[in-house]
Amino acid sequence: MTVIVTKELTTALAALREHEDARVIQGGTDLMVEINFNHVKPTTMISLRDIASLRTIREDQPGVLSIGSGVPYSVIEGEPVLSAIPALAQAARTVGSPQIRAAGSLGGNLGTCSPAGDTLPVMFALDAMIHLSTVDSTRVVSIHDFMTGVKRSVRQHDEIITSVDFPIVKGWQGYSKVGVRNAMVISVASTCLVADHDNSNVRIALGSVGPTIIRCREAEAWLKANHDLSVGASISLQVADEFGKRAAAESSPIDDHRSTAQYRRHAISVLASRLLRKAYQ
Amino acid sequence: MSANEFYSLRVNGKNMPVRDSWVGESLLYVLRERLGLPGTKGACEQGECGSCTVLMNGDAVCACLVMAATAVNSEIITVEGITSDSALTDVQQSFVEEGAVQCGFCTPGLIVAVHHLLDKNPTPSELEVKEAISGNICRCTGYGRVFAAVEATIRSRNEVK
Repeated sequence: MTVIVTKELTTALAALREHEDARVIQGGTDLMVEINFNHVKPTTMISLRDIASLRTIREDQPGVLSIGSGVPYSVIEGEPVLSAIPALAQAARTVGSPQIRAAGSLGGNLGTCSPAGDTLPVMFALDAMIHLSTVDSTRVVSIHDFMTGVKRSVRQHDEIITSVDFPIVKGWQGYSKVGVRNAMVISVASTCLVADHDNSNVRIALGSVGPTIIRCREAEAWLKANHDLSVGASISLQVADEFGKRAAAESSPIDDHRSTAQYRRHAISVLASRLLRKAYQ
Repeated sequence: MSANEFYSLRVNGKNMPVRDSWVGESLLYVLRERLGLPGTKGACEQGECGSCTVLMNGDAVCACLVMAATAVNSEIITVEGITSDSALTDVQQSFVEEGAVQCGFCTPGLIVAVHHLLDKNPTPSELEVKEAISGNICRCTGYGRVFAAVEATIRSRNEVK
């Protein structure tokens, strides 16, 4: 194995183009497990750990927070993300343990692209944009086009995920997940709900209940068509429960070692209902 | 850096050469097997148990999830380097006195995690203590003795002031 350690993104990108078998490593929380257990045997590793340009949080355009792919969750948990995109800060705080959050990053969640990735539902609910670079090009892809299946994305071998753009939305937002305990847990079902006051709508995205994150467009449209979603509106328990049932109907969970499809569907209906009520309390 | 190449890590304030290793080795393995620092314990090797907790550039991380060769520009502190003194730290002393060391396997990781917490936040709430050690699994104590040791440390530090 060869390990390439660099402080320059361009050097990492050139190495990635050159070595067809290379794997990129940021915090290592996914890839090192596979290496420790001999599940993968990469011949070339490119470390992004020391690339400072991937660890910045910027608001270059007003109303859009751009978070570097290598910013650890321990930073995303706090300011300025906590005030600007509270659902993302909440999702970051539910990842693993303090040790994992000091290492893990949005780039890792996107690179692995597991449906259980905690920050992915937030990206889907907020229509986040993913920035990718190669040694000689850059492109920006909507999260909806980025994730294509279980651990599948449109990222090409020679591309590095550099940052994620999150629109700053006015209104309540939250993230909830169900797991067997509070810490160190991979979600059984998760939900991100965003109330957009400027556009009087609600967006909801589900994790761990389908091959990709699921954005419940039908439940969103039903809610907008039938209920007042402006600031100060109130949502009854009956409406919230009906919304929860409709969101759950759009999920497509499976039975696996973590839970059953039936329980996951139930969990989604409860999470969606609770989050909606909190948004209009 | 390619296979079996020599590299050097900065551990506990010293530059330590790593020789004759495979470059894909975890920091946990390198600390224990190459650098003679067995204080950091290995159990799950997947970041679940926290027994390999070390400080890396001031952050508590799982050494099993760090590829050692990628840490050449990082400052690493292990439980052996948590104090330059040969005596126990106040956290270690409290663990002994409060019965927080039972089989002892999780203890080095917990000691590093608790030092990290109290360095950042000298007066943590009960919830903050729980969250700070949520990545360190202990199967003996049920955590009650660990919380008591953390409380005792905080109390004694406040009395000194």
